[in-house]
Amino acid sequence: MLAGYPILSLVIWLPIISGVLVLATGSDRNAPLARILALVGALVSFAVTWPLWRWFDTQTANMQFSEFSSWIPSFNINYHLGVDGISMPLILLNSFMTVLVVLAGWRVIQNKVSQYMAAFLIMSGLINGVFAALDAMLFYVFFEAMLIPLFLVIGIWGGPRRVYAAIKFFLYTLMGSLLMLVAFIYLYFQANGSFEILAFQALPLTMSVQIMLFMAFFMAFAVKVPMWPVHTWLPDAHVEAPTGGSVILAAITLKIGAYGFLRFNLPITPDASHYLTGFIVTLSLIAVVYIGLVALVQGDMKKLIAYSSISHMGFVTLGIFMFNSIGMEGALVQMISHGFVSAAMFLGVGVMYDRLHSRQISDYGGLAKNMPVFASLLMLFSMANSGLPGTSGFVGEFMVIMGAMQVNFWYAFLAASTLIWGAAYTLWMYKRVIFGAVTRKEVAQMQDVVPREFVILGVLALLVLAMGVYPRPLTEVIHSSVSNLLAHVAQSKLP
Amino acid sequence: MQNLYLLVPLAPLVGALVAGLFGWAIGRTLSHLVTISGVAVSCWASWLIFRDVQAGHVYNGALYTWMTVGDVHLQVGFLIDSLTAMMMLVVTFVSLMVHIYTIGYMRDDPGYQRFFSYISLFTFSMLMLVMSNNFLQLFFGWEAVGLVSYLLIGFWYTRPTAIYANLKAFMVNRVGDFGFVLGIALVLAHFGTLDYAAVFAQAPALANQTISLWSGNSISLMTAITILLFIGAMGKSAQVPLHVWLPDSMEGPTPISALIHAATMVTAGIFMVARMSPLFEMSQHTLSFVLVIGAITALFMGFLGIIQNDIKRVIAYSTLSQLGYMTVALGASAYPVAVFHLMTHAFFKALLFLAAGSVIIGMHHEQDIRHMGGLRKYMPITWLTFLVGSLALIGTPFFSGFYSKDSIIDAVHISMEQGMPGAAFAYYSVVAGVFVTAFYSFRLYFLVFHGKERFLTGGHGAHADARHHTAHKDALHAVPHHDEAQSQEEHEHDAHVPHESPWVVTIPLILLAIPSMLIGYFTIQPMLFGSYFNGAISINSSLHPAMAILGEEFHGASSMAIHSLTSLPLLLALSGVGLSWFFYMKRPDIPAMLQKRFHFIYRVLENKYGFDEFNDKVFSGGARALGRQLWQIGDVRLIDGFFVNGTANLVAWIATQIRRWQSGYIYHYAFAMIFGAFALVTWFVRG
Repeated sequence: MLAGYPILSLVIWLPIISGVLVLATGSDRNAPLARILALVGALVSFAVTWPLWRWFDTQTANMQFSEFSSWIPSFNINYHLGVDGISMPLILLNSFMTVLVVLAGWRVIQNKVSQYMAAFLIMSGLINGVFAALDAMLFYVFFEAMLIPLFLVIGIWGGPRRVYAAIKFFLYTLMGSLLMLVAFIYLYFQANGSFEILAFQALPLTMSVQIMLFMAFFMAFAVKVPMWPVHTWLPDAHVEAPTGGSVILAAITLKIGAYGFLRFNLPITPDASHYLTGFIVTLSLIAVVYIGLVALVQGDMKKLIAYSSISHMGFVTLGIFMFNSIGMEGALVQMISHGFVSAAMFLGVGVMYDRLHSRQISDYGGLAKNMPVFASLLMLFSMANSGLPGTSGFVGEFMVIMGAMQVNFWYAFLAASTLIWGAAYTLWMYKRVIFGAVTRKEVAQMQDVVPREFVILGVLALLVLAMGVYPRPLTEVIHSSVSNLLAHVAQSKLP
Repeated sequence: MQNLYLLVPLAPLVGALVAGLFGWAIGRTLSHLVTISGVAVSCWASWLIFRDVQAGHVYNGALYTWMTVGDVHLQVGFLIDSLTAMMMLVVTFVSLMVHIYTIGYMRDDPGYQRFFSYISLFTFSMLMLVMSNNFLQLFFGWEAVGLVSYLLIGFWYTRPTAIYANLKAFMVNRVGDFGFVLGIALVLAHFGTLDYAAVFAQAPALANQTISLWSGNSISLMTAITILLFIGAMGKSAQVPLHVWLPDSMEGPTPISALIHAATMVTAGIFMVARMSPLFEMSQHTLSFVLVIGAITALFMGFLGIIQNDIKRVIAYSTLSQLGYMTVALGASAYPVAVFHLMTHAFFKALLFLAAGSVIIGMHHEQDIRHMGGLRKYMPITWLTFLVGSLALIGTPFFSGFYSKDSIIDAVHISMEQGMPGAAFAYYSVVAGVFVTAFYSFRLYFLVFHGKERFLTGGHGAHADARHHTAHKDALHAVPHHDEAQSQEEHEHDAHVPHESPWVVTIPLILLAIPSMLIGYFTIQPMLFGSYFNGAISINSSLHPAMAILGEEFHGASSMAIHSLTSLPLLLALSGVGLSWFFYMKRPDIPAMLQKRFHFIYRVLENKYGFDEFNDKVFSGGARALGRQLWQIGDVRLIDGFFVNGTANLVAWIATQIRRWQSGYIYHYAFAMIFGAFALVTWFVRG
């Protein structure tokens, strides 16, 4: 029906073009115009993702909405786009989050407004490109290019140690992706001069080669997820990033790592993936337990939520490497849910930070009295972060625990311990920030959420609840692709 | 009928949403009207459904499919059978009483609408729990009631004790849920479904299945599943050692102590085990474990009730002890008896809590029983209803509690005669527990309603202990104060003379007192020995004949009561009452002397056997210390300090070394060039 329309190209280039337009508004004298333009751009960019959901065929695992045209013929690099049930929800999530981020920076960002808004719009388009690319080089270009706006966002609008954080972030992620490039070039020659990801997936490869490739991809994606022990860039990056940067970082860019595992590691090196399952599972469970405990003792709210993110992403990698449908679908559900919940938590911290300019838990206390609406919303998100049934946070965790139990009791045991850690660090923070008597006069002067903040958090609240009560629409979208991937991974590619 | 099923949980949910989201706009009266109507509708519908179930209509069907994974369909649906119908009636009836009572109790609280919203939300959650036809929805309800309990314990969120208690309650329950969710995962992994009916149908085929948890060891699958599920029940139903949250939950307003922490939520674990009876019947190990845990809770939590001086805490320990009784009944495979006690307990314990709340209002927020006494002449309705509740609690013949508790004791006795492991210990515990129950119940009763008036005069709360003092200051507006009718009364008397509560408080007391007296007499025959629970609860009578033998010995409710007049439990109960009268009315110097003489025992009881301290130091403190070590040593020193910054330093060091070569002297470069050219030529020539 929509075969003729280049929807994915629109999804990628519309935000980028909007970003360039916003940039063209120039200095902060035109800030109001830049804001409105950015909002319109983000909304339209989100609107054009609607056909992806509406006309998505849930019955097939094939790539949909495909586009193909030659890009660099001499190396057979093509502009090849397409989505399946794994990537499509991530594109929607990303485009949606961009709208929220533009709104969240509406008042707070007063400095270099057009550049700030443009950075997010351009990043949004590039990230959509990451998820839609079916050509490895195209993927690589988007994958690297999206780092630049994020790097700038942290480095320019960040906190006092923003340069340290930005460079740490950049080096960490760059280190991994160079190995990925080498892997791509190797596969290019193996595939007789093609960068088609689907062609890579069909290649027979010996075990030792698979393990090398697996590790190369692992280096790129484990840093992004991030998995223990390559996670330490994330708390620093979050602490220094402005709220919008944290939202995109947590909600979207971490998902690129998990997406990479699903798109590259598993289908290209299935035998190595099976062989190295124990390794990945160990790292994932360390993320759940170790990081859960580390999160407990954080005094900085953003650090706490950053560690919480790492712990939740441990569920994603764990679910993926259970190699059963409930675990892997759970991982995908967890990715989407974590997108909502972590974004909401960071936005919540942003709301508080904008008023008191502190991220320290100890500077707060008793917010419930003056900010009842905010306290209620944050309660919902805290419960979602603790995995309470009825919220989206439960669905993915529950599915991954169920999937883990099918493999090994102790995997499930350690994973399920998040019921304790997650509740402990989230609710303990909530207690110290929101409950209690108001002891500081600065806190007593804090005002409840304004309508703009209410809309941002309220929309997220509705999504978190809807996904918790009725996750079926999402699981139906991802179902065929996951089944296909599992069937593919189950077959050995050894020559 | 299906629409009626749907109406039962949805009516309170709508009430909760309206009062919660729009309470600020519609005001107090409309808020309580809408929530009360919601619960009333729900209660009425439950009654119709109950009649329908009695007529033999059992329903098991899905509402909608939550998700489909592979060939596993996770659905939201209802199972309406006799067990569910009974629970629905109890929950909605007690909830309705508590809703009405709240109008009086929370009258001057600024969080009035919020409170109504929460208790209606609780009713919805609890109904979803009991009406579920699958484990997933059960877990939803399970956690949702936990959430509302958390919100309500911390209702007065400025009090440090309240927000400590609610976090503690949530965390301890999470420990139970940790086991519970693993149990559910084991069910799904081995049965491939979470639907009750399908699981129970497959259970016999898997009865001898074993699983290996570590190499060289295997345990029965059913034992593993049921133990894990029971750990969940231990959290929710506050069994030792996961009981520690319940006494602290008394920080919440009294209406929810009655509804959530006595009548309904805490019995969810009991209900769940009864619901899972087909699984529990397959593991003797689990049943013995259940029996022992229940017996420990029944007896040792009862002891703690003896030394408490806070009126609500005495009743809280009594609740713990009674939950232990129910658990013992479960362990003895007398599931109907456990559920029966659950029902009678729901009425008389809700009554006791609400009456205690009435006392607290009447005493102007005094909760220390050492400052009460002689209240019977000031608050006659509260006095009489409280007495009814106490008599039911200690198992006075013909009262509802008698039938359920005596049946438990008899059932355990039979299990002991059958030689069931743990049953002997359980039997002696529950029998001793009868004495303890009677003693602490009537200690409370005498100290509150009889004897000298020991009211504090002078500044209100001035002599109350520090905890209450700060609580009052913090929540100056957050506690109900004198209403207009009372202020009239107060003109006549001293401002601090106790007074009877308004009718919205006393009517629920009376309406709860009636079933507390009568319901046992009228329902024991059908519920325990009739066919009421057929199909809902299954018992392997050849292995666990307790119910069957109990049925043979039963010759009607009246004869059971008359027969008991010469039995050991009644004797123990009477001596408990007598002793408490002697100690606290006649010779108050004796308990004081005993407290000095047996100081060590008193200290142990006062410290609640040290559970709190242990948990605080070992689990809470341990987790924080471990987290700090992992963070400081693992993340900061090792990963960041050694690897990340180490790598950066290494790169910097190499760069420094290499930089030396960029000396700027032309002869250095020339030399390097010549050397390089030479090396290349050599290489090419060799190649």
